[in-house]
Amino acid sequence: MVKKFLKKLFKKLRFNPFGRKSHVKLGLYGPPNGGKSTLANRICLDWLDEEMSSVSHIAHETREIVIKEQVNIKNKKGKELTFSLVDTPGIATRIDYEDFLKRGMKKTVAKKRAKEATKGVIDSIKWLDSMDSVVVVLDSTKDPYSQVNITIIGNLQARDIPVLIAANKVDLKRANIEAIKAAFPQYEIIGISAKYGKNIEDFYEELFKVAK
Amino acid sequence: MVTFQFVPYQDIELLSSAKRINKLLNIVKENKIVVMEGKLKKEEEADLIEITMEEISPKFKGIEISVVNPDKNKQNVGQKIKGVFANMLLGDRIGMTIVGPASVVKKIEQNPDKIELFTKENSKSPKKRYRKKKK
Repeated sequence: MVKKFLKKLFKKLRFNPFGRKSHVKLGLYGPPNGGKSTLANRICLDWLDEEMSSVSHIAHETREIVIKEQVNIKNKKGKELTFSLVDTPGIATRIDYEDFLKRGMKKTVAKKRAKEATKGVIDSIKWLDSMDSVVVVLDSTKDPYSQVNITIIGNLQARDIPVLIAANKVDLKRANIEAIKAAFPQYEIIGISAKYGKNIEDFYEELFKVAK
Repeated sequence: MVTFQFVPYQDIELLSSAKRINKLLNIVKENKIVVMEGKLKKEEEADLIEITMEEISPKFKGIEISVVNPDKNKQNVGQKIKGVFANMLLGDRIGMTIVGPASVVKKIEQNPDKIELFTKENSKSPKKRYRKKKK
């Protein structure tokens, strides 16, 4: 019990006398279609020359946890950071196969996608405990005050997991980073376009602060 | 017709997390919108989403949830101090939680100080009957 208390205290002070963590898990969390997989691919293309996830305009494209080990990035000062990148299924409170039918999918494919998506959400929530740091990827063209966003960030805060909020899709006209900053004023927020790489260098700099 | 069911905090105060979530979900599955005094713990909200996903079926498509808290930015110093003491004494009893079935609630939009609940429109409009006029 004493060891647990000391571990929690040192974590708060960001001090680890028990040795450096060699295996940092950085998770990408958020609602569906926010751009988590696009960001995962951007990171992997920039540093590993390969993609890791499939992307789509249809929600719930990522339906299972995808991990890329040993992602090594460098900042402008030459400092290195190595982590395992974890792309997670988008968290939602409702899944209806009829939404996929409207996107032109056949009934059997839509039902299968919906079933896989529900399992994906369950896995995402279960994996929260395993994360060392998290980037919450939000679509900056959408209302940030959704309960899913508040629940995800609240749970990370309750688990003392460092959070960086990436306000994605800033390339779009409807993007509104100020709304996200107003909704979550206590967190570091960086506006990016994962698709086109806008502001991605600043994003990597912020990663060094979050993923320790 | 939309049915709201009020759940006072005392009804769930002494329940375990699993029983709280089951109680709320059982009401929601009856196609009612739960208006609960107070709020769940953050971990319980995550568990609610997890269990909702496990219960998804052709008849139950999920939920919409929203939690309203007093907006601290609009409070003066005196109100904030009162709020701190209220939090210490009442904890999760402060605020309000709304949970509705996805089959009834299209979406819930929340700003810091208001909630807008959009229900699904009744797609079946009443049939119009025409009678031929007698000449």
